[in-house]
Amino acid sequence: MKYLSEFRDPTAVEKVIEKIKDISRKEYTIMEICGSQTHSILNSGIDALLPENVVLVHGPGCPVCVTPKEMIDTAIELAKMKENILFTYGDMLRVPGSKESLFQARGGGANIKMVYSPFDILDFAKNNPDKNVIFFGIGFETTTPANAMTILKAREMNLKNFYVLIAQFRVPPAISAILNDPFNKVQGFLAPGHVCTVMGTEEYIPIAEKYKVPIVVTGFEPLDLAEGIYMVIESLSNGEHGVKIQYKRSVRPEGNLKAKEIINKVFKIGNQKWRGIGEIPESGWVLKEEFEDMDARKLLNKKIEEIEETKEGCIAALILQGKKKPNDCELFAKTCTPLNPLGAPMVSSEGACAAYYKYKKYEN
Amino acid sequence: MCLGIPGKIIEIYEKNNSKFGKVDFSGIKREVCLDLTPDAKVGDYVIVHVGFSISILDEKEAIETLKTYKEYMDSLEDEISL
Ligand code: SF4
Repeated sequence: MKYLSEFRDPTAVEKVIEKIKDISRKEYTIMEICGSQTHSILNSGIDALLPENVVLVHGPGCPVCVTPKEMIDTAIELAKMKENILFTYGDMLRVPGSKESLFQARGGGANIKMVYSPFDILDFAKNNPDKNVIFFGIGFETTTPANAMTILKAREMNLKNFYVLIAQFRVPPAISAILNDPFNKVQGFLAPGHVCTVMGTEEYIPIAEKYKVPIVVTGFEPLDLAEGIYMVIESLSNGEHGVKIQYKRSVRPEGNLKAKEIINKVFKIGNQKWRGIGEIPESGWVLKEEFEDMDARKLLNKKIEEIEETKEGCIAALILQGKKKPNDCELFAKTCTPLNPLGAPMVSSEGACAAYYKYKKYEN
Repeated sequence: MCLGIPGKIIEIYEKNNSKFGKVDFSGIKREVCLDLTPDAKVGDYVIVHVGFSISILDEKEAIETLKTYKEYMDSLEDEISL
């Protein structure tokens, strides 16, 4: 299909890898932030084609994985109350909370529905005025405008029975947190193409300046990823830093101005806890005061405890920060599998541990 | 989760005070909200995420990227004459 198949041509990918081999004279550690990119890299075998001195580490960019356990517990608790119905994106359903997943809770009678697009929830809310309709909206900046539009529309439609439970993550503070760590080894980044389609590149420029790193905003197809890696290595070998865009067909430096305007109408920047990492200052979006009446948490009649992820042996925090790889973990593919995930990067198919499991990285 | 899929707009209409379109993803057609890309026209390719279009693909830039690799590609000959 147009805009897909051309960017999947294996001969072209191999040629770019040849070019990477030609210019890679030192050791390079590069991080792709986004879980969809991790998936595409493993699926297309780019990681195996790269020369040994180019190491890819995988970042925290799977919003499903980093949504805190207590948010899932909260969603389940809400969905168990008979006057409520909870809607969420399909990826969230199988992620375990402290006791069970949304999917298991649904089996036990909780009112949970999957939604393809959050706009679809609004008609349901309008037609079911006797129910509290709750949207469990999570995501990175890619999804934030869709979540914001839905909230704005609900207000416009004057829906009194529409509520939201929000866990939204911002990528730039996570990159800063990784670079701030004295043990950081990452020298360059592939920034997520769809996050930057929405937000543009502005927020990345000061990070590249401060830490003197190259950041290349990259697409999701194999040719995009190979080219992104090439561009990072080219900058590193020329001793350059700064922000470049590989995914120019979708990303403009200013981002999507309309989407940013909608986000800013509904949300403001706030602190956010990341499952497996902990709280990162200013790394989330929270409801502005004028929308706080839609916060679903006020429907709860009990307090949900915060939970620390303390599975012995799980090195999720190190993996999410690019310090270790999934197969460095002793539990990987032994006691920890997608059916029995012990930590954040195994809970969703876009997490690094789950992607390694899927592409059988434990066999080498 | 951050998956965005390119598709071609084949129809545009209004619904609930919003701009909507029918988008064709290699034969599968879905309704997409176009409010985040108000300039989108029939025939444009858009990146769609959770039912919202988040960008209009820039054909010129796509061709530029592909041209860099043209000499290597098996599949490109017909596609670049877009
Ligand atoms: S494989 Fe499982 S236990 Fe090991 S780091 Fe990944 S999530 Fe944690």
